Amino acid sequence: MVDFNLNDEHNMLRDAIRDFAENEIAPIAEQLDEKEEFSLELVAKMSDMNLFGLTIPEEYGGSGMDYLAYIIAVEELARVDGSTAATVAAGNSLGLGPVYYFGNEEQKKEWLPKLCSGKVLGSFGLTEANAGSDAGGTLTVAVQDGDDWIINGSKIFITNGSSEITGFAITQAITGKRDDGKKEYTCFLIPHGTPGFTTKTMHGKMMWRSSNTAELYFEDCRVPNSSILGKRGDGFKQMLSTLDKGRLSIAAMGLGGAQGAYELALKYSQERVQFGKKICKFQANAFKLADMATEIEAARWLLYRACWLHDNDLPFQKEAAMSKLYCSEVMSRVVNHAVQIHGGYGLMREYNIERFYRDQKLLEIGEGTSEVQKIVISRYIGC
Amino acid sequence: MKIVCLVKEVPDSEAKITVENGKIKETGVKFIVNPYDEYGIEEALKIKEAGGEHQVFILTFGTERAKKVMESAMALGADEGFLVADGSAPDCDSHTTAKVLAAALNKIGFDMIFCGKQAIDDDSSQVGVRVAEMLSLGHASVVNKFELTDGKVKVERQIQGGQEVIEMPVPCVITCQKGLNDPRYPSLKNIMAVKKKPRTVFTLDDIGLSADDVGVNGSFVEVTKFEPPLEKAPGRVIEGEPEDTAKELIRSLREEAKVI
Repeated sequence: MVDFNLNDEHNMLRDAIRDFAENEIAPIAEQLDEKEEFSLELVAKMSDMNLFGLTIPEEYGGSGMDYLAYIIAVEELARVDGSTAATVAAGNSLGLGPVYYFGNEEQKKEWLPKLCSGKVLGSFGLTEANAGSDAGGTLTVAVQDGDDWIINGSKIFITNGSSEITGFAITQAITGKRDDGKKEYTCFLIPHGTPGFTTKTMHGKMMWRSSNTAELYFEDCRVPNSSILGKRGDGFKQMLSTLDKGRLSIAAMGLGGAQGAYELALKYSQERVQFGKKICKFQANAFKLADMATEIEAARWLLYRACWLHDNDLPFQKEAAMSKLYCSEVMSRVVNHAVQIHGGYGLMREYNIERFYRDQKLLEIGEGTSEVQKIVISRYIGC
Repeated sequence: MKIVCLVKEVPDSEAKITVENGKIKETGVKFIVNPYDEYGIEEALKIKEAGGEHQVFILTFGTERAKKVMESAMALGADEGFLVADGSAPDCDSHTTAKVLAAALNKIGFDMIFCGKQAIDDDSSQVGVRVAEMLSLGHASVVNKFELTDGKVKVERQIQGGQEVIEMPVPCVITCQKGLNDPRYPSLKNIMAVKKKPRTVFTLDDIGLSADDVGVNGSFVEVTKFEPPLEKAPGRVIEGEPEDTAKELIRSLREEAKVI
């Protein structure tokens, strides 16, 4: 028998985070967005609730929850603010994830408790100026010099890459050629403060304006052999696996964002009166809202099932790509209708829907564009 | 110290309440920890965190369904939860509810008792004080400042034109007002810990009461009917020349609305 009930912990977590998001994030989200301000205060409050390290075992300082719990948490944050959800999603999927899944015991012991406490954030440097969808265009190189490696290159669009509490960047670099002639990629865990490693915060974003995004620069940056994450040559595999899981959290941002935008539109349409009627009573709007509610429901269960597959150690990669594609595109349609329902007011900063409309666009681009998701899915179905 | 926090299951303040055949329809309504009780839990947790040998207990009286609310309260960081589960709970008046809670308190033991100043559903504001009277304890209600030093409680409460300061020994009952503290959110670790902590469900028999003591049988007050608030009548626009409309307005206020 199929059971669609969430367990008590999932329900309690959803209630707690919804309560938190509505009371602590909603009142300041617009202001943070306007000022492009990354709020350390908000990160500290979220750390108190253990929003970093949700899925990490307790022995490393995490909460030991399943992936579905993490996804519900991101969904609830995104329902109120995309930037805040991004900070948490990147903190968990890109900062904590690679260290926990691929780090050696020493790296785990050193970094996981700090990351789980939320006192330190980690970042994951993959994208480069000329290597976006085509990760094969990576130019960052690491050359061995005795027991050290010397890294040169740069990374771009790195979430949580230059905040005051960012502790390291996991950076993918070319370390040579494999036996089959292809490039060999290796990931290095490079602590902030390492000579030759600098960061620059990126400004002028259209979306996620209160999340931290950075460029990373490596100029003859010397790191010891022990800073290799896992094994030499595992970089490409680690990157693919990190992105597989990361898709679930981006999907959660699409789902939560769509839910939030839909609720804003529904509420507005129940209050706004034109031609002597609440505008939700006009079929043109009512049908839009019905479509939104239906698509959100479909998106939710596609994503939750992908998490269920992951949590039951079943192959989830195809469903994760489908969820990422579908949830972000559902949010795109939902914010479009939601602004339309708001009319002129939907174009004003004063109305939250304006922020949702901007924040949405990243989801069809970041961590694999919609087009790349379709490549991934098409390969799984045998094209 | 055993610090017991009394908690009531109440409908979410945002829930849409509908009345059918004189009874409140509960399907689709979400139930939460009474918000005023959260101030009591927060104060208890602060005592515990300040150091010393303290345990924070949650005690609630309700139907089996209230177990969820007891667990939500525990997720704030309490050590143990107790539910007196009986189908008669919705029919119990403040006196009977206090009787049940007092019996349960005697069973589990206590050194300090906190509860909200009132429940947001029936607003009776009586249970905490009644519990204290039944257990012959000191009490202070609608408290907005609390201090505990050397087994002595010093509290403040807002009264007309100022603050009243009360001192009393423990054990005692404090009913909590908004402003006493800033209740925390449940952390995910505490949510995960709930099911690993002791959770006890008592029957009436377990606390030495019987069906005759509770519900309609044991209560002085019986709620015979609930009625939804009357729909507001639509306004009336008086049209015409100012001289006539002013006269008509005065006449309606005097004769129809009877307010002047």
